[in-house]
Amino acid sequence: MTARLSKALAALVLLLAPLALRDYFLHIAVQVLLWGFIYTAWSMMGRFGLVSLGHGAFLGIGAYVPALLWNDYDVTPWLGIPASMLLAALLALVVGYPATRMRVVGHYYALVTLALSQVVLLSIVALRDVTGGSLGMTPRAAGHASWYALQFPEKSQFYFLALALWLAGLALWLWLERGMGSKALEAINEDEGAAAAIGIDVMREKLRVTLISAGLTALGGGVYVQYLMYVNPETVSGVGVSLQIVFAAIAGGMYSLLGPTIGALLTLVLAEGLRVAFGTHFIGAANTIYGVLLVLFIIFMPRGIAGLVEGLLARPGRAAAAE
Amino acid sequence: MLTVTDISAGYGSFQALFGVSLAVAAGEAVAVIGANGAGKTTLMRVISGLLPARGGGFALEGRALEALPAHRIVAAGIAHVPENRRLFPRLTVEENLRMGAFIPAARRHFAERLAWVYELFPRLSERRRQPAGTMSGGEQQMCAIGRALMSKPKLLLLDEPSAGLAPLMVEQVFDLVRRIRAEGFTVLIVEQNVQQVLDIADRAYLLDGGRIRLSGAAGELARNEEIRRAYMGM
Amino acid sequence: MDIYLLEAVTNGILLGGVLALLALGLNLIFGVVDVVWIAYAELVMCGMYAEWWLTDSAGWPVPMAAVAAVAVVALLGVLVHLLIIAPILGSAPINQLLATGGLLFFLQSAATLLFGTDFRNLGLRLPVIALGDIFISLSRLIAFFAALLGAAALYLFLSRSFLGTAIRAVAQDREIMGLMGVDQRRIYLLTSAIGGGLAGLAACLLLLQYDVHPFIGLTFGPITFMICVLGGLGNMIGGFVAAFIISQIIAVAGYYVSIEASHVLAFVVFIVLILLRPQGILGK
Repeated sequence: MTARLSKALAALVLLLAPLALRDYFLHIAVQVLLWGFIYTAWSMMGRFGLVSLGHGAFLGIGAYVPALLWNDYDVTPWLGIPASMLLAALLALVVGYPATRMRVVGHYYALVTLALSQVVLLSIVALRDVTGGSLGMTPRAAGHASWYALQFPEKSQFYFLALALWLAGLALWLWLERGMGSKALEAINEDEGAAAAIGIDVMREKLRVTLISAGLTALGGGVYVQYLMYVNPETVSGVGVSLQIVFAAIAGGMYSLLGPTIGALLTLVLAEGLRVAFGTHFIGAANTIYGVLLVLFIIFMPRGIAGLVEGLLARPGRAAAAE
Repeated sequence: MLTVTDISAGYGSFQALFGVSLAVAAGEAVAVIGANGAGKTTLMRVISGLLPARGGGFALEGRALEALPAHRIVAAGIAHVPENRRLFPRLTVEENLRMGAFIPAARRHFAERLAWVYELFPRLSERRRQPAGTMSGGEQQMCAIGRALMSKPKLLLLDEPSAGLAPLMVEQVFDLVRRIRAEGFTVLIVEQNVQQVLDIADRAYLLDGGRIRLSGAAGELARNEEIRRAYMGM
Repeated sequence: MDIYLLEAVTNGILLGGVLALLALGLNLIFGVVDVVWIAYAELVMCGMYAEWWLTDSAGWPVPMAAVAAVAVVALLGVLVHLLIIAPILGSAPINQLLATGGLLFFLQSAATLLFGTDFRNLGLRLPVIALGDIFISLSRLIAFFAALLGAAALYLFLSRSFLGTAIRAVAQDREIMGLMGVDQRRIYLLTSAIGGGLAGLAACLLLLQYDVHPFIGLTFGPITFMICVLGGLGNMIGGFVAAFIISQIIAVAGYYVSIEASHVLAFVVFIVLILLRPQGILGK
C-alpha cells in the first residue's frame, strides 16, 4: 500500500466516521480530536525543551472567557474565543518573558507554569459569583445548530468542526516544523549560548512558540466548551489537567506529528475503560495509572508510542534499501 | 610505587593514549612533559580514576587499580591535584581542605593534618575562612595542593601546577614541590613548563601524540637537543 | 496598628517558618541532584497521612507517630531517587522533573484510593494563647519554632560535618568529587533522605494546624515553587528569605481580601518581582 493510498483511505475513514459510528463512539471521537488538538498545541513547545506544566491556565482561560462573554454580554464566540486566545497569549508572554533570560529555563518554566495553572484555577473558583465556582457553568444554549453561537447539538455536525480544527492544528505543527523557527529552537534547546552566538534571537523564538502554543490551547478550550456545553474548573485548569496534557503528549510522543493525538486516544480510552469497568468505585484510579505510566514512559519510552512506532517502521525500510 | 602498563584511553571516538607505560619509584619525582593535547591530562585522569582505561592497567605498590572508581583510588593512596586547580569556589579554604580529608583514614587525623598543612602553607592559614574562589591563582594552587596532601597520599599527581600563573608564582609553586618532596612524598607531575619541571624531577617521560617517545633521567632530557628546540625554545 | 492586622502579620511570620523548611528541602535536593521534585508537596502529604494513620488507626501517641512519619518520608525520598531519578540521571534534567510530575499524579490518586477524599486531622485541639493583645494558636507557634530548629540543625550539619560539606561541594563541582574520595551515589541518596526527612518534619508541623486530604499538596506546593524561584533556585538562603516575603503577602492579603485572593496576589507579586530580576532576589 503506497503512502498516498493509505492517506486517502485515512481521509475517507475520517470523513465517513459520523455515518458509521453510534453517538457514544462519535462522542469519543470528537473528544479525541479536540484533546488531540490541545495536546498538539502543547507539544509545539514541549518538543523544544520548553516544558510547560501550566497549560491548564491557557485552557481554562479559553474555556471560561468566551462562555462568560456569551452568557453575560451576548458576545459571539467568534469574538470571544479570539479574545481569550489573546488573553492567554498575553499571560504566556508575561510569565514566559523572564524565562528567556534565565539559565535554568527548564526548571523555571515547569515550576512557574505549574503555579500559574493553579492560580488560574483558584481565580476561577474565587470568582464564583461570575463563574459558578467549583460547580461549573453552562453556556447559554441556543437550542439549535447555530454558527453565530458556535453550537451544534448534533454530534455528527460538531464532529466535522472538531475534525477541521484538528487538521488545522496538524497543519500548523507541520508549518512550524518546516520553518526556520523549528531549526532555531532545536539549536536553542541543544546549546543556548551557541545558538545566540550564531545570531539566533533566542528570546524572540522562544516567545513566539510560547505565544502560539498558549493561544492554540485557549482555542481548543473554547471549542471544547462549545461542544460539552458545560465547564468546571477542575477539568480545564489546575495542576491535574496540566499534568494530564503533559502525560498524554509524552506517552503519545511529542516529537511526532500524530504523537499527541495518539496520546489523546490513549488517555480517553483509558479513562473510559476505567469508568466502564469500575464505575465510580475507584475515583482516582485513572490518575494513579497515568502517574505510573508517565514515570515508566519517561524512563523507557521518552519518545512515546509514536516514537516507538517510527523506530520500528524505520528499520525494515532501511534494511530494504540496503539490499 | 606506581607501575603503569600499556594504558590506552580516549573520549568517545577519539583515542588519546596508545599503550602508555611508565613507572614511579617511592620517593621519586617523575615528570611527564609534552605539548598541548599530547595526552598528559588524560593520563592523569586515568590514574586517578576519573576516566576509565580502555586497555592496559596500572598498579600502586603491586595492587591493580584500573577497575576502581575514583573515590576508591583516593582511599588506595593516590591524590590528584586537577588541572586548573578545581577548588570548590564557594567553600572556604578550610572547607576545601576538609574535603581533602574526607576518606575515613584522613578524617581520623583531620586536626593534626590540618595543622601540618597550615604549617607548610602559612598563607593558607591566614586565609582559612576566605572563599576559595576569591583567592589569587597562586594561592588557589597552594590550596589545591594542600587539599590533596590532607589524605597523606602515597602518590601525589600534579596536573599542570604552573598553568595560568605569573612567573613569580610559578617559582613559588615549584619551590613548594621541592618542599613536598623533601617531606618524602612521591610525585608524578605533568607540566608544560619543561625547564622548571626538569629542574626538580628525577626522571621524565616525553609524551607525544598519546605515546611515550623518550624517557630517562631529567638531566639527560634537559640536555636533549630535540627537547631543547621544541619545548624550551632554544 | 490595627490589632487584627498585627495578628495577620504574626501569623504570616509563623507560616513563613514552615514554608521556609519546605523551600530548604526542595533547594537542597535541587542543588545536589539538579532535579526539582515536583511531587515534593505530595511527599509532605504522605508524611501527614502517615502520622494521621499511626495515631488514628494504630493508636500511637502523637510524638512517636511524628518521628515515625519523618522516617517514613525520609525513606520515601530515598525510594524516589532510586526508582525514579537514578534510572534517568543521564537524560535531560527536564525529564527527571517530569518523572516526578508522574509521581505527583500517582501519590494524589493513590491517596484518594487509599483514604478517600475526606479531610483528616489529628484531633488535637491546642489552645490559643495571648501574646500581648493578639491571639496566636499554640500549634502555629510550636510549628514555627520547630521549623526554625530544623533549619538550624540543617545549617549546622551542612556547615560543620564532613558529609554536609560534601553535599555543599557536590553542587559546586560535581566532577571532581571522586577525587575527594566521595561516592557521588551515596551523596545523592543521603541528600534525598535528608530532603525527605525535612518534608516529613514539615508534614508533622502542618498536621498540627491543617487537615490532610489527597490534594493538600496543591495548597502549598505551587507556593513553595514560587518561593524557591523567587529566592533563586538552589539558593538555600534565598529560599529562606523568600519564604517569609511570600508568607507575609499571603497573610496580609488574606486579611484584607480573602485567602483565595491572597494566593493569586502572591503569584502576581511573584511575577512582577521575577520580571524585574529573573534570577531571583538573591540569585546570581
